[in-house]
Amino acid sequence: MITVEHLTVRFAGVTPIDDMSVVFPGGTCGLIGPNGAGKTTFFNVLSGFVKPVAGTITAFGDNLLKMADFRRARWGLRRTFQTEMAIERLSVFDNVAMIHEHSGAKRSSRRGDVLAAIDFVGLEAPPRARVGGLGARERRLVEVARAVVGRPRLVLLDEPAAGLPDEETEHLSRVIQRIPDEFGALVILVDHDMSLVSACCESTAVVDFGKLIASGPTAEVLRNEHVMRAYLGTEAQI
Amino acid sequence: MARVPIDVGRGTLVRGAVIGALLAFALAGLPAFAGADWITTFTSVAIYSVTALGFGVLYGRVGMISLGQVALLSVGCWVGARLSYASSMPFPILLLVVGLITCVIGVLVGLPALRLSGLYLALITLMFAGATTVVLSVIDFPNGGGGFTARSANPTLATETPPVRRPSWATGDAAYYRYTVIVCAILFLLALVHVSSKPGRAWASIRESEPAALSAGVNITLYKLWAFALASFMTGVSGCLLAAQVGVPRAITFQTQDSLTLAATALIGGIFSLWGAVVGGVFNQLLPFLFQAQWGVNANFLLIIFGAGLLQVLLTAPGGLAEQFPKDMAKLGRLAVRGIRAASRRKRRPA
Repeated sequence: MITVEHLTVRFAGVTPIDDMSVVFPGGTCGLIGPNGAGKTTFFNVLSGFVKPVAGTITAFGDNLLKMADFRRARWGLRRTFQTEMAIERLSVFDNVAMIHEHSGAKRSSRRGDVLAAIDFVGLEAPPRARVGGLGARERRLVEVARAVVGRPRLVLLDEPAAGLPDEETEHLSRVIQRIPDEFGALVILVDHDMSLVSACCESTAVVDFGKLIASGPTAEVLRNEHVMRAYLGTEAQI
Repeated sequence: MARVPIDVGRGTLVRGAVIGALLAFALAGLPAFAGADWITTFTSVAIYSVTALGFGVLYGRVGMISLGQVALLSVGCWVGARLSYASSMPFPILLLVVGLITCVIGVLVGLPALRLSGLYLALITLMFAGATTVVLSVIDFPNGGGGFTARSANPTLATETPPVRRPSWATGDAAYYRYTVIVCAILFLLALVHVSSKPGRAWASIRESEPAALSAGVNITLYKLWAFALASFMTGVSGCLLAAQVGVPRAITFQTQDSLTLAATALIGGIFSLWGAVVGGVFNQLLPFLFQAQWGVNANFLLIIFGAGLLQVLLTAPGGLAEQFPKDMAKLGRLAVRGIRAASRRKRRPA
C-alpha cells in the first residue's frame, strides 16, 4: 500500500502538485488526469528526481522520500518513462540484467530471473539481440521486462501503450494485469487509453491541477461526474 | 557471474582466432622483417591505441567528452621518467605505480564531469591539456638528474640526461616493441572485461539517459569516476611505456592540439568498439610516419585528412571505421557474388 499525504511540489511560480493526498491500495492502480495534471511530476517525486516542499509518501511502511534516489531501485522501485529508455547498444539480456545488477537481488539467480522476466513479457526476439535493432513494440516490452526484474515492489508505468496499435496494447494489457500476482508488486499505471486503464486497474485515482478529484474502483471513478467534466468530456464512452 | 545465454558460437571463435593470429603476427612476424624506424613507429601505434581506447571508454561508453587524454599521456610519461630516475623498482611495478598515480590525477580532472557534460566538459578537459603543456615547458620537462626532482645542469643536452630505463630483458627496440604490444594487449583485455560486465552496462545506461540510469539504481557519481579512473590508468601505463620508448622525453612532444588530433583519430577509428581504438592508434602514429619519413610529404597535411575523415564519420558513420568497414566489405562481397552468378548464368545460356 502506498499512502501519499499532503504532497506539494512547487517550481518557481508553478504548483504541479498541490496538497495531494491519495492511497494506492494494491494490485494495479490507475492514475489518470488531463495533460499537465501532475501525473509525471508525481512519478518524478517517487523516483526522487523532484523534491517536494511538503508532504509524506509511505510505501509499505517505508518513508520513500527519505531514501537517496539511486537507492530506491534497490528498495524495489521500478519505472518506465514516456520516452523510450531501453539501451540501444546493449542486448535484450544485458538491458534487463543491468537492472537486476543494481536491484540487490542475488547474483546467482540473475540469469534465471532475467530470462524469466523476458519470457514474462512475451518477447519473441532472442535475448542476445541488440535492442537497437528491434521494433517499437519489442523495445516497449523490453522496458516492461526491465520494470519487473529483481523483486520489484512498486512499478511505475508512464504511458506504456502510447503509440502502440490496438492489438499490441491488448497484449501489453494482459502482461500488466499479471504483474501484481506474478511479482507481488504494486503497479501504478498512467495512461490516456481508458480501455487499457479499465482493463488493468481495479482502482483508479484521478488528478487535475495537482489535486486529487476522485478515487476508488475504476468503473465507479470513470462514471464520476467531476471526472467526466475534468478529463473525459461528457461524450466519452466507457 | 551470470553467463549471457549465448553459446560460444562460431562468431566468437572466429573473432578469437583473428585476434590471436593478429597478435602472433604483431609479436613474431612484424619485427622479423620491419626496419628499425618501422618498429619504433609500431611501438607508438600500440601506445597511442591505448590512449585512443581511454578516449573511447569515456566518450563511446559513458558519453563524456575528454579532450585531455594526450595531456594525461604526458603526465604518465613525466611521472614514469621521474620515478625511473628516482627509484630502481622493476619495470612492471613502475608501470603499475605510474598507472595508479595517473589514475588519481585523471579522477581529479574528471571531477567536473559530475556536474558538467558535453561541450563544457570538453572545454574543461581541453584547458587541462593546455595547462599541462604550459607546465611541462616551464619546468623544462623532464629535467633528468638523480632523484625525483633533481635538475641536470644543462637539460637541453640529451647526453647529460640519462635515458628512462627499459625492462632488463627488453632493452633492444624489437624486444621492447614486443613488450609494449603485450602490455597494451593486457590493457585492452582490462577494458574488454570492464565493458562486457557490470560497469559496462551501467555506463551504457548512463550514456542512454541519466534519469533512467538513476531510476535503475546506478550510482552515477561512482560509475563516472570509475570510467575516468580506468581510462587514466590505461593512459598512465601507456605514458610510462612511451617514456621508456623514447628514452629522453621532451615537452615539445606533447602539444595541446595532439589531444584534439587524438580525439579525431579515435572517432574515425570508432569509439564504440575496441577495434576502433587500434585503428585510431594506426591513424595517429602510422600515417604521420608514412607521410614524413616514407613519402616526404609534410605531416601537417594530415590535419586536413583527419578533419575530412572526422566530418565523414560524424555525418555518415557514427560507429567509425571499425563498424563501417565490415559492413562495406560485406556489401562488396554480396556485390561480387551477384556479379559472378550473373556472369556464370550468361555463360550457360547458348549463344
